[in-house]
Amino acid sequence: MLSREEILHIATLARIGLHEKDVEKYQHDLSEILDYFKKLDECETQDVEPIGHITGVNNVFRTDANEDFGDLGKAAIMKNAPEMKDGHIKVKSVL
Amino acid sequence: MIRELHEKLKNKEVTSVQLTEQYFDAIEKKDEEIGAYLSLTKEQALEQAKFVDEKIARGEDFELLEGIPCAIKDNICVDGVRTTAGSKILDSYIAPYDATVIKRLKEKGAIILGKTNMDEFAMGSSTEKSAYKITRNPVDTERVPGGSSGGSIAAVAAGEAVWSLGSDTGGSIRQPASFCSVVGLKPTYGRVSRYGLLAMASSLDQIGPVTTSVEDAAIILSCIAGEDKMDATSAQSADKQYEDYLSGDIKGKKIGIPKEYVAGLEGHIKEIFEKSVEKFKELGATVEEISLPHADYALPTYYILMTSEVSSNLARFDGIKYGLRVNDNVDSNAKENDLPKTLLETYLDTRKIGLGDEVKRRIMLGTYALSAGYYDAYYLKAQKVRALIREDFEKAFKQVDFIYSPTAPEVAFRFGEKSADPLKMYLSDIYTITANLAGVPAISFPIGAVEEGGKQLPVGGQLMGKWFDEEGLLNMAHTFEISNL
Repeated sequence: MLSREEILHIATLARIGLHEKDVEKYQHDLSEILDYFKKLDECETQDVEPIGHITGVNNVFRTDANEDFGDLGKAAIMKNAPEMKDGHIKVKSVL
Repeated sequence: MIRELHEKLKNKEVTSVQLTEQYFDAIEKKDEEIGAYLSLTKEQALEQAKFVDEKIARGEDFELLEGIPCAIKDNICVDGVRTTAGSKILDSYIAPYDATVIKRLKEKGAIILGKTNMDEFAMGSSTEKSAYKITRNPVDTERVPGGSSGGSIAAVAAGEAVWSLGSDTGGSIRQPASFCSVVGLKPTYGRVSRYGLLAMASSLDQIGPVTTSVEDAAIILSCIAGEDKMDATSAQSADKQYEDYLSGDIKGKKIGIPKEYVAGLEGHIKEIFEKSVEKFKELGATVEEISLPHADYALPTYYILMTSEVSSNLARFDGIKYGLRVNDNVDSNAKENDLPKTLLETYLDTRKIGLGDEVKRRIMLGTYALSAGYYDAYYLKAQKVRALIREDFEKAFKQVDFIYSPTAPEVAFRFGEKSADPLKMYLSDIYTITANLAGVPAISFPIGAVEEGGKQLPVGGQLMGKWFDEEGLLNMAHTFEISNL
């Protein structure tokens, strides 16, 4: 079973804060599902090339041009920001 | 149903405004119990309906979908309309643009009634994981409608919309369609643009129609399909009118039944399924047993790839640019980290409060599968097995034209029956996920019902077709549907 420490490590990597009462539950759930994933060990894949998606399409290019959404478009985007100051999105100090 | 309503509009038996009002009345009457909708867009809908009516009154030609009311799953962006994806982290999010499918629907004059309930970020098979409310199965309100597109399916099944759009990552259109006796289509990966669909697992997600008939599904697919410069994975498309391919003739078509899928079938579902196989034979198709040797590995492969993509896609919900932000709520059990504590706490607290249990579980699983030391054993391994699963389909489609099975191994289950056990819930997707892994189109349509407790619980059949053969697939299901055999 995954340890308490491992769960807290994964949660922090995933940027998810956990309720104390949930830590044990996730230890159990994640371990059970990861055990189930082990089923793939039975499958021989030595000479198989992995695929990331199904279409076989690679490197689709487009012109590197920006689209102007106009003042109304910009306002519609910015009104979803949780905190604003002087027309900028406010965040906690990074440095 | 769409064609019928179109004729009524044309013959002035009903106006689009009347039709739209009828549906809002139905919503008002039924939705308190069913819970299909998260938000309604009455004002815009009636305004649009009025516009269509004026056009019809002037004697202008109008499109099949024009003036006909529909519902949209709440993970598809509609400009100016709240779009939550069933999550509290997007409780106040107003989409600032139209998804490509919505843009196309608006151009064709479709009337949008509202946004429908879903498992949070489409993660679930029962719609019980919505952060807002449950949705009830209109066939039996003690049971789940399936998921994750439970709201979109229930709206159509309950007569609260003529048709709807859902999204399907591992069966989220087809399994609920099966549970509620409607038609649900997952197009070929790349057939429909995903731009404006809130991403769950980008290599698996597709948008598709939910309808009361196969012909309706074809009509909607004709409208939403096609290449889009905003989605690099969308495929070049010849802009087909899929409804023109519904000949009702399937003579000589070859159906394969994977022995791995039907081995465990039992009871009423087995009986109903076998009866439907006989019906396909009577309609002139030939049926043979096939093998998909890697079928057993599909579910773990799917859950590794999906959770990995989820962990990456949902990183954007961090409380910074949009959506919920929670600053310094409580100590979040953070491990020591090189980020300044205040900023790290914003991320941790926002996601702790804003995301639900199943979403957190999947993000953490994906994070684990992608993390240093485990990447090769999980993610890379699953990508290789996915290649083998695709190969199974390539081989099978050299032998047969379509692959047929039940849509789900069960009928609609009761609330709470599976919600405590994530692994049990995942097994509900066992027949549907391979179509997403292989990228092939698949459709669920009603094939019968099982009586339980005085209710007729629907059973769905699932046909999978070759890549980009939606027209063949739709014709198979259509021929089955219209036949009185």
